[in-house]
Amino acid sequence: MDKSNKSGAEALIHSLHLEGVEFMFGYPGGAALHIYDAIFNQNYVDHILVRHEQGAVHAADGYARATGKPGVALVTSGPGATNAITGLATAYMDSTPIVVISGQVKSNLIGTDSFQETDMIGISRPIVKHSFLVQRAEDIPEIVKKAFHIATTGRPGPVVIDVPKDLTDPEYKFEFNYPEEVNMRSYNPPKEGDTSRIKEAVDLIEAAKRPVIYSGGGVIQNDASDELIELAKLLNFPVTNTLMGLGAFPGTDPQFMGMLGMHGTYQANMAMHNADLIIAIGARFDDRITNDPKQFSLGAKKIHVDVDPASVSKIIHADIPIVGSAKECLSALLLEINSRDLKLNESDILEWNKQISTWRDAHGLNHSLLELGPQNGKILPQQVVQSLYKETNGEAFITSDVGQHQMFAAQYYHFDKPRQWINSGGLGTMGFGLPSAMGVQLAFPESTVACVTGEGSIQMCIQELSTCLQYGLPIKIINLNNAALGMVRQWQDMQYGGRHSSSTYENSLPDFIALAESYGHVGIKVAKFEDLEAAMKECVSLKDRLVFLDVDVDPNEHVYPMLEAGNAMDHMWLGKEEKTWK
Amino acid sequence: MKRVIALLMENQPGALSRVVGLFSQRGYNIETLVVAPTTDPSLSRLTMSTEGDEKVVEQITKQLDKLIDVVLVTNLSESEFVERELMLIKFRKDSFPENAFEESNVVSKNDEVINVQVVGTSSELDTLITEIEGSNPIEVVRSGSLGISSDKNTLSIEN
Repeated sequence: MDKSNKSGAEALIHSLHLEGVEFMFGYPGGAALHIYDAIFNQNYVDHILVRHEQGAVHAADGYARATGKPGVALVTSGPGATNAITGLATAYMDSTPIVVISGQVKSNLIGTDSFQETDMIGISRPIVKHSFLVQRAEDIPEIVKKAFHIATTGRPGPVVIDVPKDLTDPEYKFEFNYPEEVNMRSYNPPKEGDTSRIKEAVDLIEAAKRPVIYSGGGVIQNDASDELIELAKLLNFPVTNTLMGLGAFPGTDPQFMGMLGMHGTYQANMAMHNADLIIAIGARFDDRITNDPKQFSLGAKKIHVDVDPASVSKIIHADIPIVGSAKECLSALLLEINSRDLKLNESDILEWNKQISTWRDAHGLNHSLLELGPQNGKILPQQVVQSLYKETNGEAFITSDVGQHQMFAAQYYHFDKPRQWINSGGLGTMGFGLPSAMGVQLAFPESTVACVTGEGSIQMCIQELSTCLQYGLPIKIINLNNAALGMVRQWQDMQYGGRHSSSTYENSLPDFIALAESYGHVGIKVAKFEDLEAAMKECVSLKDRLVFLDVDVDPNEHVYPMLEAGNAMDHMWLGKEEKTWK
Repeated sequence: MKRVIALLMENQPGALSRVVGLFSQRGYNIETLVVAPTTDPSLSRLTMSTEGDEKVVEQITKQLDKLIDVVLVTNLSESEFVERELMLIKFRKDSFPENAFEESNVVSKNDEVINVQVVGTSSELDTLITEIEGSNPIEVVRSGSLGISSDKNTLSIEN
């Protein structure tokens, strides 16, 4: 190993290199300039200059979600640090492994309200897995090692390293030693699943007549998709995925019921409500799934597999709690199943699967909307997603922002592979789509990366169009333009008597085509259904250009199904006039 | 029911703020909180009491355990344990209730005021406060509860 003397800044960058970091996303400023000088003098780690620190953290997050490797962002002190906060909270809520390095004012100025000083450790505390304030330059290698270890193990999450400027001083050098392993007496995430209750879990599986496998982001984070598929196939149990878990089980598989929850499919929500066994894997029963927890799936026993003990029985009591990583626990379940002469209630399960098909036939999503042509002369937003699906053969990475377009993408683009669908599920961060797509595109330069967005969300981080030009990122931006904050408007239609308070722009929207072109990209406008498929084809075929496809969609369209607030999962709106209860 | 949770955490900057921040962040009501370094100076011991129900206490201990700086957590109320609190009370000399205290309780006195110290369970101290109300104490200071298990179990990284 390179033990030559290094400054704190050099040690920081070299440590990142030793952690296998290829890209970091950032924005320079006073307190980070020693670090930027160290970046200039090496060739291991590529720095991507964003246009706003929020973009840097989302890009690192998108990179992490698509690759499974930790993403890295670098910001300066003060406003650089505060601009990173939304990105940190986004990563925290979705448990993604990122490391954010923030410059800090010099040690002797901390606490004096000096220029560009902010208490980064303090303001980020509730939204990080852990944070470090560097106190000696010599500690930097060990802190970086610990930060990556913490970010990537157990339930992953963001880690902040706050580095006072004097500790990166190029004049002060010390012998560089990178630790080979991490020893922390206070941090020992479960390596192996708590298998003591696996037998009981399999007993419940054998007894089940109406089982559901409900899996979430934990299966994707932990690369346990193969084990999940093996289990579901072996048992012939129906599968539903959370918004964060889409792609863990193939979206086109007949056993797949679609997403569940607030905007889940009719059959997935009905199956959850009527189940007698729910096998939850890497999912956390959040409020967008359970609706009213007191009325949640009352007839079902629950097996809850999660790497985070605090998630188990937090919202819904687990009859069989199993703490451990999804991969380990699924493997243990498979081992136990394969080791016994498994007796499933096969005829009941067949009946149950038939019931689910009946539900699907009655009120499932229509995946052939393109064949219907224009509706009242307008393009449905769902048709745009279906067209994108068709033209990308279902193989693109899809990032999204937050709102109706996000739900349409989740519902209508069938994700067959884990890490293909990248969205801000927990925090619901508008502005996430474009910068996260940059991280994905850098990691997979040959793949099609599409950002499904809306005219509201895209404007929250639109400055990153400039970054995309600088680094030649040929992202496909699919703008479902309904000239309104669609999801807000939908709620206003449904719950506020149609009073559209501050959810439209009164003809102030930019000309997105001219805007994309002024950033040096290609803009394509689609206003008529007849032009949609040709435009989508052109958009996808321009492999080396960023294309901004601006599609005028029906502004009156709502996302359905939609759970009725404060009720059980079988209470769904299926259309503006149609609901499942009386 | 009052429950007492004890934990060991790294004695380093920021650790306490993570623990305290967790309570407001997760909406837990904490009645008392005591923290001091242990005989091993790299560790601090923190004791807190709360009125939360069993489910809430389980969540609190799990969330505390998740904090990277927290080394060990235990819910002392799960088995037999001893809980004690220190209270200091200031009286005007002319209204000092002599019969309520032993001479050994008095920790300072001058021409104007007398300070006493009392050790007991929190509920004993609550009772005492009601009893001496008529003597109009001018200041009452309580330390918050400390706890230790009654059996041979210890909260220690040596175990």
